[in-house]
Amino acid sequence: MLEQLFAPAVIIGILASGIQLATPYLYASIGEMFSQVSGVLNLGVEGVMLIAAFVAYYVALKTSNLILALALAALAGALMGLLTAFLSVTLKAEQGISGIGIYLFGLGLSDLLFLVLVGTPTAIRGFPELDLPVLSSMPVLGPILFSQNILVYFAFACVPLAWFVLNKTTLGLKVRAVGQTPEAADSLGISVARVRYIAVIVAATMAGIAGASLSIAMFNIFQQNLTSGMGFIAVALVYFGGWRPFRVMLGALLFSMVNALQLWIQTLGIGLPSDIAGMLPYILTIIALIFAARQIVTQPTALTKPFERGE
Amino acid sequence: MTPLTQRFDFSRYNYILVPLAAGGLALLVGGVIIWLLGANPFQAYIGMLQGAFGSPNALADSLVKAGPLLFVGVGICIAYRGGVINIGGEGQIVMGALATTMIVLTFSNLPGLLLIPLALIAGFIGGGFWGGIAGFLKARFNVNEVLSTVMLNAIAVQFMTFLLNGVWIDPTTLDNAIRIPQTQRFPLWADLPRLTPTRLHAGILLGIAVAVLAYILLWRTTIGYRIRAVGFNTVASKYAGIGVGRYQILAITLSGALAGLGGAVEVLAVNHRLFTDGSATGFTGSAGFNGIVVALFGGLHPLGVIPASFLFGALLTGANSLQRTVQVPGAFVTTLDGLVVIFVVASQIWARRRATRRALIEPAPKENVASADAV
Repeated sequence: MLEQLFAPAVIIGILASGIQLATPYLYASIGEMFSQVSGVLNLGVEGVMLIAAFVAYYVALKTSNLILALALAALAGALMGLLTAFLSVTLKAEQGISGIGIYLFGLGLSDLLFLVLVGTPTAIRGFPELDLPVLSSMPVLGPILFSQNILVYFAFACVPLAWFVLNKTTLGLKVRAVGQTPEAADSLGISVARVRYIAVIVAATMAGIAGASLSIAMFNIFQQNLTSGMGFIAVALVYFGGWRPFRVMLGALLFSMVNALQLWIQTLGIGLPSDIAGMLPYILTIIALIFAARQIVTQPTALTKPFERGE
Repeated sequence: MTPLTQRFDFSRYNYILVPLAAGGLALLVGGVIIWLLGANPFQAYIGMLQGAFGSPNALADSLVKAGPLLFVGVGICIAYRGGVINIGGEGQIVMGALATTMIVLTFSNLPGLLLIPLALIAGFIGGGFWGGIAGFLKARFNVNEVLSTVMLNAIAVQFMTFLLNGVWIDPTTLDNAIRIPQTQRFPLWADLPRLTPTRLHAGILLGIAVAVLAYILLWRTTIGYRIRAVGFNTVASKYAGIGVGRYQILAITLSGALAGLGGAVEVLAVNHRLFTDGSATGFTGSAGFNGIVVALFGGLHPLGVIPASFLFGALLTGANSLQRTVQVPGAFVTTLDGLVVIFVVASQIWARRRATRRALIEPAPKENVASADAV
C-alpha cells in the first residue's frame, strides 16, 4: 500500500496540490505579516477571509466576472481592515479579543448572507488553470509549478514583493519603525496611527484575496465556515516565519505539503485512518511554533501594544 | 505585552454600563442588518423574545442553552484574570466530553450515584489536560496560547471523529448502510436529574455553584490572588517571587477543566450520547467561542457570567424562532455575538479614560491597592 505513495504521478500530484493549497495561506500570512510588523496583531483574518470569500463567490455567481469578483472581495477585505484598524489603533482595543469579535462577525455574516441570498450551494466557474507556455510542458516541474490558476502565481509573486516593500522602501521602513519603537518613530514625525492603518488595511485586503482564492479559484463554491481555521493558521505561520516573507512562505509550503500528503493518504486509502492523518498539519504547526518561539528576539517589540503618545 | 487585566476597568459602574451600551449598540446594528435583509427588526426581536421566554419550556430551553456558556465563560474569566487568552474552549469541551464518554462506556455497570460523579470528574480532567497543554507550551516554550489553542481545537475534533467512526460507534447501527458517527445512548442511570416535563437539568445548578466557587477562588484565596497578580502585572509578580509560568499554566488548566466539565454536562444531561458532524460546532454549538463573548459581557467576573450566560442562552433559543417568524437564519446570532465583542472592546477606551481620570483625583480603589502589595 505504502509504495503507492512513492509512485511518480502521486508525488507530482501531492506537490502540485501542496502548491495550490499554499495560496490562501500565502496571501493571508504575507498580509498579516505587514500588520504584525507594524505592531498590530490582526486575529480576525478568518472572519475577513470568510466575508470576502462570500463576496467573491456571490459576484462570480451573479455576473460570471471573476476580475470584478476578486476586486470586490479585496474591497470587502479592505473595509473589514478599516474596522479592525479603527478598533486596534484609534480605540486601542485589546487585539486578541477584538480579533475574536471580527472573526465571529465574519463567520455569522457570511453564513447569513449566503443563506439569504443564495441558499443552496451552487458551483461556479472559477479561475481556470493557466498553463504557462513552454514552462508547463517541462517534465515534473511543469505540472507542479506552471500549470496552476493565476491566483497561485500572484501569491508566490507577493513574497519577493513583500520583501522588497518591507526592506527597501520608505513605507516598509516606517512600518518596521512603528512596530519596533513607536515612540522614536513618532518623535521623527511619522504618524504611528496612519502607518498602522495602512498596514492593517493592506493585511485585510490580502486576507480578502485569500478568501477569494478559496471560493473562486480552489473550491469554486461557498458554504458555512468555508475557511475552517485557515485564517488562524495564517496568523500562526507569521510567527513561524519570524516576520520574514521568505520564511513565512516556507512555513506555508511546509504546512500545505503535509496537508496535501494527508489528503492523498485519505484518497489512496492507506492504512492510516483519515481522521488521524487530518491531525498531522496541526500537530506539525504546534511543533513548528515551539521552534519558532526561540526566535522571539525578532518579534516586533510593540506587537499588540497600542501606541499612547506621552504627554 | 501589557497584561490583559490592565486594559479592562473592573469598577462596578462598568459592569452595568459597558454591557448595556455594547448590547444596545449590537442590537441596533443587528437590527439594521435584519432590515437590510428585508425583514422587520422589531418583529424579529419580539419573535426572539417570545421564542426565548414565551413559555415554561422555552425558558427552560434558554437555561439549558446557557449551560455550556456558563461553564466555558467562568473558565475564560479565570484564564483572562491570569493574563492568558484561552480560545481553546471548543477543543476543551470536546476533550471533556470524550473523557466522560470513556468513563460511561467503560463503567456502565456502576450505579448512577457513583457513575455520574466519576464521569463529571473525568470531564473536568479531560478539559483541564487539554488546556494545560497550551499552558505548558506557553510557560515552557513561549508558544503563543492563542495559536496553540486553535491547533488543539482542530486536533481534538479530529480525535473525536476518529473515535466515533471507529471503536465507539453505536454497535446497534453497525449493520446499517449509513454509519452515523455517534455512540450508543448512555444507560439511563447516567442521566443527570431533570425537572420534567421541561429539559431543565441539574447541570445548570452545578454551573452556578462553579461560578460561585471560581469567585471564591479568585478573590478569597492566595492561589486566586496570585493568579490575578500574574495577570495584572507579570513583571512585578516575577519580582515578588510568584512563579509566573506555574500560575499561568494553572489558570488555563482550570479554564480548560471548566470547559471540559461543560462538555461532560452536555453529554450526560442533554445529548445522553456523544456525536459529531465532523466540525467542532457540531457538538459544541460554538460554546467555546461564545463563552468568550459571555465572559466579556459579564465583565470577566465569574458572578457576572451567570446572568450573561442566561442572556446569551436566551439569544440562542430565540434564534431558532427567527427563521420561523421573519425568515432570518439563526446565523444572525453569531453575527450579533461578534458585534457584542466588538462593542465591548471598543467601549473599553472610555472605561479606561474614566479610570485614569478617577485615579488622578481619588485614592486608588481597594482592589488595586491589594494588587499593588505584590509589587
